[in-house]
Amino acid sequence: MASFIQLLVSGLATGAIYALIAVGFTLLWQTSQTINFAQGEFVMLPAFFVLAAMNAGAPFWPAALIGVALSIVILGILFKFIIVDPMFKYGVLPLVISTIALSLFLKEGVKDFYSSQAQSFPALVPASDIHVFGAVVSTQSLAVLAVAIVTVIVLHLLLTKTRTGRQMQATAQNPLLARILGIPVQRMVLYTFLLNAVLVAIASILVSPIYLAKFTNGETLGMAAFIAAIIGGFNQVRGAVLGGVILGVLDNLSAAYISSQYRGAFPLIILIAVILFRPQGLLGRIEERTV
Amino acid sequence: MFRTGLFASVIFASVGLAGPVLAQSTVYIPAILELSGAGAVSGTNFRDGMLLAIDEINAKGGILGKKIETPLLDTQSDAGISRAQVQKVLDNKPYAILGPVFSGSVLVDMLLTQQAEIPEIVGGEAAAITQKGNPYVFRTSFGQQFSMPKIANYMRDGVKAKTVGVLWVNNDFGKGGRDNFIKEMNSRDIKVVADISTESGQADFSADVVKLKGANADAIFVYLNEEESARFLREARKQGINKPLIGETTLLGQKVIDLAAGAANGVRGHVGLTIDAPIPAVQEFAANFKKRFNYACDHNGIKGYTAVYFIKHVTEKIGKLDGKAFAEAAHGITITPKDEPGILMEATWDKNGDIDRISFLGEVVDGKQKIVETLPKLGK
Repeated sequence: MASFIQLLVSGLATGAIYALIAVGFTLLWQTSQTINFAQGEFVMLPAFFVLAAMNAGAPFWPAALIGVALSIVILGILFKFIIVDPMFKYGVLPLVISTIALSLFLKEGVKDFYSSQAQSFPALVPASDIHVFGAVVSTQSLAVLAVAIVTVIVLHLLLTKTRTGRQMQATAQNPLLARILGIPVQRMVLYTFLLNAVLVAIASILVSPIYLAKFTNGETLGMAAFIAAIIGGFNQVRGAVLGGVILGVLDNLSAAYISSQYRGAFPLIILIAVILFRPQGLLGRIEERTV
Repeated sequence: MFRTGLFASVIFASVGLAGPVLAQSTVYIPAILELSGAGAVSGTNFRDGMLLAIDEINAKGGILGKKIETPLLDTQSDAGISRAQVQKVLDNKPYAILGPVFSGSVLVDMLLTQQAEIPEIVGGEAAAITQKGNPYVFRTSFGQQFSMPKIANYMRDGVKAKTVGVLWVNNDFGKGGRDNFIKEMNSRDIKVVADISTESGQADFSADVVKLKGANADAIFVYLNEEESARFLREARKQGINKPLIGETTLLGQKVIDLAAGAANGVRGHVGLTIDAPIPAVQEFAANFKKRFNYACDHNGIKGYTAVYFIKHVTEKIGKLDGKAFAEAAHGITITPKDEPGILMEATWDKNGDIDRISFLGEVVDGKQKIVETLPKLGK
């Protein structure tokens, strides 16, 4: 039981990070039909912004804020105006290819201009333990979980309880109708990109103490977020959250109780099962399109 | 920190890749190394140690009056790419090849260099490398068949463990180490109560740590590559593992200590090569390395450095640039620091290309590796 609790908490913490990344994935898809295959590299990069700021002498928390700010500018604003907007009119596929190219550029750029070696990254809180029903639970895992939960709650409140959030949802559901109703669609789309940039920056700060900051981190994280989004439902934020959590917990439990060698296969088995039996995802809705 | 094409040697070397004319006035010794990917820490340390030695030797006139010319080729930590890189440099008829460090890559490459009768000085430690009867492969660090008996003795006599858990990386290096370690444990009646494999490049070790805790072994033997070692140590400390964590060289390396950020304190084990060795020549090398590259060298840096001096010494002994004669002369040779200061410690190469020399028992204290005992050469 103690082991199970430890695995569960640890899996929830990892899953919560996946969820943040997957939520960004789905937000971009809903509002701009952008499948961002550079999403993993978007999570990798902010950690290096933070490290660069720390190398320049900034303490961790100000450096983290600098990292978030740079992410908003580069991964939010510049991404939208330089990559997405010019490619959008050519359809989904050219945009997908552009994001794949961007992922390679970001990865190789970090390798060349920073380092190919992993870098140590500070944890949010000092390492200490809490004993729960005989299990030793790390405060670092709890901190990761807490930050991720708070982020998702704030995002939910923003999307459902504010005027801007409802306008963003309207834009996601039907951009044409939203425009007729006077909603500034382009601004709402930009807000989505900014939200995604903040989400990936937070995910980066949460995951890098565990993964270490390295230029290849995006490969694993991007794939995890993509799978999580499909499992949960590509067109639902809550689906992405559920998908991320399922993935994190499943990964830990399967590695511990079934096989650590085949741990990478279990998420894919779930993915295949979802595609076969519920292609819209666990919480997704079926979308009909006129062709 | 920001590195962009930093060494004159590399520039010189990149010209040399396509330079048969240059090759006549230089000794062409390409390096095939893990400069990116999972083995980047090992490969770049090996590279920098090697470059330091090359520049020292070239400054003194080179080998047999010829400057060493060393292009750097990245394996991306992938055995297939490594083989392709070796194939590429073989066209230029190298005198010898340096690297790679990953055992899986070495095992693939060494067939090519054997066919071409080119000596290959590798950083790989898998026991299998030198057990295939290849007369052209040499190491500058212990193979697992040499290091595991030492760590096993330490488990029995130093840690006094009756049960152990083993965490290993599922590649040629890790599997070879794990097999040799378990064999040595069995021969000493120490029971292996957990045998956990992990993947190269694995990021999350929480499930593995939980399994190790559940096994409740007297000690845990950790045999992973550098970055994975650091990630594991962070997770182990996070989950409050209080059993002795024992490693072999890598786990006590400075890069692992730095990446683990405090979580490496208390780790103990056998260290085949270390810049903290109580030997003035090693410490002088470490200081020169730090001064030039602005980071602390790990054991792979020493491997790279001594590999170049090994080539220099054997070549000057045979008096010609002949790969076949090199291989014959290098088997059974003993090189002392008096003969060749760059070799740092007396070393003997056996008939298989394995090295024997003194080694150390170490412990990580306050973020630094501390040597607590020097172990003699196995041959003494």
